[in-house]
Amino acid sequence: MSRAHDAGRRRFLKVFGSATGALIVGIPAFADTPDELLGRNLVPLNPYLRIEPDGTTVIGARDPEVGQGIRTAEARILAEELDADWNKVIVVPLDLGVTTVNGEPHWTYGHQMASASTSVPAAWNDLRGVGAAARELLRRAAAERWKTTPASVRTSRGMAIAADGRKLGYGELADAASKLKPATTPPVLKAPPQFVLVGQDAGDVDARDIVTGRQRFAIDEWLGDTLVAVITRCPWPGGKLAQLDDAAVQKMKGVEKVMTIPPPDPARALGTQPLAAGVAVLARDTWTALQALDKLELRWEPGTLPARDDSALAQAAAALLAGDPAKAVRTDGDFAETLKRAPHRFKAEYRVATVAHAELEPPNALVKVDNQHALVVAPVQNPRATLDTVRRLTGLAPDKIEVKLPRAGGGFGRFLETDYVAEAVMLAKAAGKPIKLVWTRSEAFAHDTYRPFSVHQLEACADRKRKLTGWTHRIASTSRLAGREPRARWWLSEMHPDDLPAGLVDNLQYAWYALESALPRGSYRGSSHAVNAFATECFIDEIAHELKIDALKFRLALLGDPRKLSYRGHGGPVLDTGRLAWVLNLAADAIGWNKPHPQGHGFGLACHFTFGGYVAHAVEMSMEGERLVIHNVVCAADLGRVVNPLGARAALVGATLDAFSTALRQRIGVKDGRIAQRGFSDYPLATMAQMPHDVQVILVPSQENPTGAFAMGFPSAAPALANAIFAGTTVRVRQLPIWPELMRLL
Amino acid sequence: MNVGAFPAIGGGEPRGACAYNRRMPQAPQTPPQKIVPQPIRSGIDIEINGRRYRHTGDPELPLLWYLRDVLRLTGCKYGCDDTSCGACSVLVDGKLKRACTLSMQAVVDKRITTVEGLAGADGKLHPVQQAWIDEDAILCGYCQSGQIMAAVDLLARKPNPSDADIDGIGNLCRCGSYPRIRRAIQRAAAAMPGKPK
Repeated sequence: MSRAHDAGRRRFLKVFGSATGALIVGIPAFADTPDELLGRNLVPLNPYLRIEPDGTTVIGARDPEVGQGIRTAEARILAEELDADWNKVIVVPLDLGVTTVNGEPHWTYGHQMASASTSVPAAWNDLRGVGAAARELLRRAAAERWKTTPASVRTSRGMAIAADGRKLGYGELADAASKLKPATTPPVLKAPPQFVLVGQDAGDVDARDIVTGRQRFAIDEWLGDTLVAVITRCPWPGGKLAQLDDAAVQKMKGVEKVMTIPPPDPARALGTQPLAAGVAVLARDTWTALQALDKLELRWEPGTLPARDDSALAQAAAALLAGDPAKAVRTDGDFAETLKRAPHRFKAEYRVATVAHAELEPPNALVKVDNQHALVVAPVQNPRATLDTVRRLTGLAPDKIEVKLPRAGGGFGRFLETDYVAEAVMLAKAAGKPIKLVWTRSEAFAHDTYRPFSVHQLEACADRKRKLTGWTHRIASTSRLAGREPRARWWLSEMHPDDLPAGLVDNLQYAWYALESALPRGSYRGSSHAVNAFATECFIDEIAHELKIDALKFRLALLGDPRKLSYRGHGGPVLDTGRLAWVLNLAADAIGWNKPHPQGHGFGLACHFTFGGYVAHAVEMSMEGERLVIHNVVCAADLGRVVNPLGARAALVGATLDAFSTALRQRIGVKDGRIAQRGFSDYPLATMAQMPHDVQVILVPSQENPTGAFAMGFPSAAPALANAIFAGTTVRVRQLPIWPELMRLL
Repeated sequence: MNVGAFPAIGGGEPRGACAYNRRMPQAPQTPPQKIVPQPIRSGIDIEINGRRYRHTGDPELPLLWYLRDVLRLTGCKYGCDDTSCGACSVLVDGKLKRACTLSMQAVVDKRITTVEGLAGADGKLHPVQQAWIDEDAILCGYCQSGQIMAAVDLLARKPNPSDADIDGIGNLCRCGSYPRIRRAIQRAAAAMPGKPK
């Protein structure tokens, strides 16, 4: 049996009794405000866990739910160690947990973030101990009742069971358990063979509310006396308001105020302030506000640095790539010398278009702020950053800022930013009333923290035995960290020095070039893995084809014997080539790689290591006239131990389709220095008819710690599709989006 | 499961103990002979989820904002302004419509069904809702009320939908829940009343 060292070392569990006889397990920060844990009506719940006398088990989920299934997974982890009866579990979202220590925020709930698939690993690390500690108290309470030893009491499905078969429900023991002094040693955790919930399917805990329309997203929340705010923003990056005539709007019934939002301060980090200058209309209801917005007479003045479209950026990238890199990310051996002598040489350039997040719930925020207190209800992926932004704008102490974490309608990185929260706080402060800010869809396309455009120059060589001996990958992109962090750090978000084939090819160069762009940029599902894996995995496919080696065999030979390579980035410290080869084999086998392929059908493979997860995709497609038909898709994944297979499958299938949809048709264009896209009609998300009917998911059983799942299914999907398209059409598309280029070349 | 999620906001309930047990001041009474009948307010009559409402505001108000801002029926979602996403799908006299561009004057005397009106009065879920839970067709969940309305409409027209029929649903999902939506529709089709079990 393992022990929850982390939970024990970092924070001893604190136990409170309550007036209603509920057992409440929290952490020491709660000691000041135990009455908040009582779950009385109209008081938000704060603990991870509360057991009511009737056995109802209320589990607080701390991480924001954006569709990754974290509320369900987190509750399953805690309920597992508690031995809870899942039918009696209610999961409630926690607020951001914060107190003020010496004027600074002190985070009281540990990990609270939806980013880079980190929530499940964090929960696995410290929420198991919470469940185990509560279970221990319940066992001791039962032992006292039965005058026996805790060791002789076992637990199952919300019951304590004595050696002689007597049973007591957790609800009946909650009051007594809450009066016990918790142990000072870390609780004993279950050994994996004892798991009854972890590894079993669980439906989303919010499913019933979602299908009945009762689930409230941030955009559905409301406070009395709230004004709806909509904003029109300067369409040119860095531009400002030149002229405003709001006389007609001021006279409109229901319009309360017209306010301006200043241009972003270049000295302040991108994402922590409004993305653009704007004019806001505050009205009694959304429709009035939207109509008023159309009636504003205004003129914008463009900024000094114009937005460039992808072809202009490509030209700039070409000039950059002819010179020295901003960062030599990795240099192994001597590529130039190896290339000179190599009998087989390969070269290709890949381009990846700018894309928008296009999450279905547009940015929005309900904010109430006065001298003593601020309340924020918004879709957020980074609650701490949200608090920081509110704190800076209001000067309030951290504990006076209440950040709610409602379920969000997607996120994909967009809600890691807090620009829309900043807008709402600025408006609420100035208006002296609660503000509900809603972005229109066209504004959401025109002002996003886009995944930036990038150009990839790849070069490789092989020896007489057709073994890869040299590899170069040079990337020109706008760093997601530009405008946020010092220049010297920009490369970090763009290229990982240990991503494959580093460690597999003796003479290797990774280099990054800093491409300037006026467009705001930010995190996107899978981050740079999604972009770089497309170029890498397609180029490997090209080389295999040129060398006349089967793409699967070539990849397996490249991965070589199973071994652990050092991996310094997120998901490390090691990358196990054997695990990657295994998922690749599984995917290839399931798609029928080594069987005869139907006439005209193209098969493609790709694999990638993302944030600790090993995923391979296999795709079978064909062209029927001008229609791309994706017949079969396999996604094989080794994500360590899977907490909730039903949820992990949903994440992997979803990521695969999302990646196809993004790779095929999505592109943000610039026209006359401004974003051309206004809505889904010119930014086509794939529809049901365009997507495969199913994705076969293979989850590799594993004893390793869980890695999370949300980002992992994304990076290898697009290159597998592109490779399949090449096999089926002999057209090699070296850019994203694929579809327009494929139609041009076919 | 929104139990206790945001009890202090939105619900409209008073916070904390209320003063109902105190003696309330008596309102001044109008003698019956002095009551002047008010003209009946004209407006747009509609029925939403079996209840009748009269809208007396702007006839151009889109149904989406009437549902969300006036009635606070927020299952109907705002996703775009041009019917391209389908998150605001509702049934108007049994036909699938997108509420974002449908003005109130276009739905005079119509019967509207939103996702909130699908379940029975006893709380029993519509077979489509149940199928969505059984297939766990959720992910972020934002588009799902619109997807569910589209599926209800499809099954009313085509009790045994083919894959091509299901492909006709054009509601957008960024998360990629389409395969589970497809299975949920097939499951619901099999479970609809009148089908052999």
